[in-house]
Amino acid sequence: MSDEMDFEEGGTVKKFMFVNRKAPYGTIYALEGLEVVLISAAFDQDVSLAFVDDGVFQLVKGQKTDGVEMKNFSPTYRALEGYDIEKLYVDRESLEARGLTEDDLLVDVQVMSAAEMGDMMAQQDVLISF
Amino acid sequence: MKIAIMVNEGPYTHQATDSAYQFAKAAIAKGHEITRVFFYHDGVNNGTRLTVPPQDDRHIVNRWSEMGTQHNIDLVICIAAAQRRGLLDENEAKRQGKNADNIAPGFRISGLGQLVEAGIQSDRLVVFGD
Repeated sequence: MSDEMDFEEGGTVKKFMFVNRKAPYGTIYALEGLEVVLISAAFDQDVSLAFVDDGVFQLVKGQKTDGVEMKNFSPTYRALEGYDIEKLYVDRESLEARGLTEDDLLVDVQVMSAAEMGDMMAQQDVLISF
Repeated sequence: MKIAIMVNEGPYTHQATDSAYQFAKAAIAKGHEITRVFFYHDGVNNGTRLTVPPQDDRHIVNRWSEMGTQHNIDLVICIAAAQRRGLLDENEAKRQGKNADNIAPGFRISGLGQLVEAGIQSDRLVVFGD
């Protein structure tokens, strides 16, 4: 399926941004959002991820999910680099409002202001929020 | 304009699916082409033919089916999201050893690549969700 589509596309590259707004385990949005991100890597697009509001919790180190009997999928964020997905943007105010700093996060990210995030979003061709 | 739509919430519980439908209807009336509607998260529940709403209410599933057939819109239900939530087409039911399938007419089950492809091929991808 994807082979056929890659062929048909003939090299169209769009800027895709996936905006993660929800905490990782309260709802399924974060997990299913990450599944879309991984698939997008197969299409050779210009992919970036934004983390805002409770979405910043998705990247917090040391997640333990045994108690809620859900799979800890946070290691997947570390694997994104292997898929050439390296643009991870985090909203500074969202971090600060939750008492977090860049050191609490499990991957290298670019922390930016809401205004900078807005500029980044304005540059995208496709913006999908979870 | 070629427009693709993503629906992320279930029918009757959330307005997202109604808004998506009304948007599609208005866009078609203005001469735009809706190329694909991709159903994700609980949005996959828009495609079960076992839906039986009260008679004095709108029939969300049938409404999509009719629009899809009438305007040649590709109605795609995400396979991974669908399997988690108990939606199977005939082939998947067979493959998973289940004795029933429940996909509504005009819908088909496929992968997340169809969403990314819609983003690449359309002029706009409009997301309806929470």
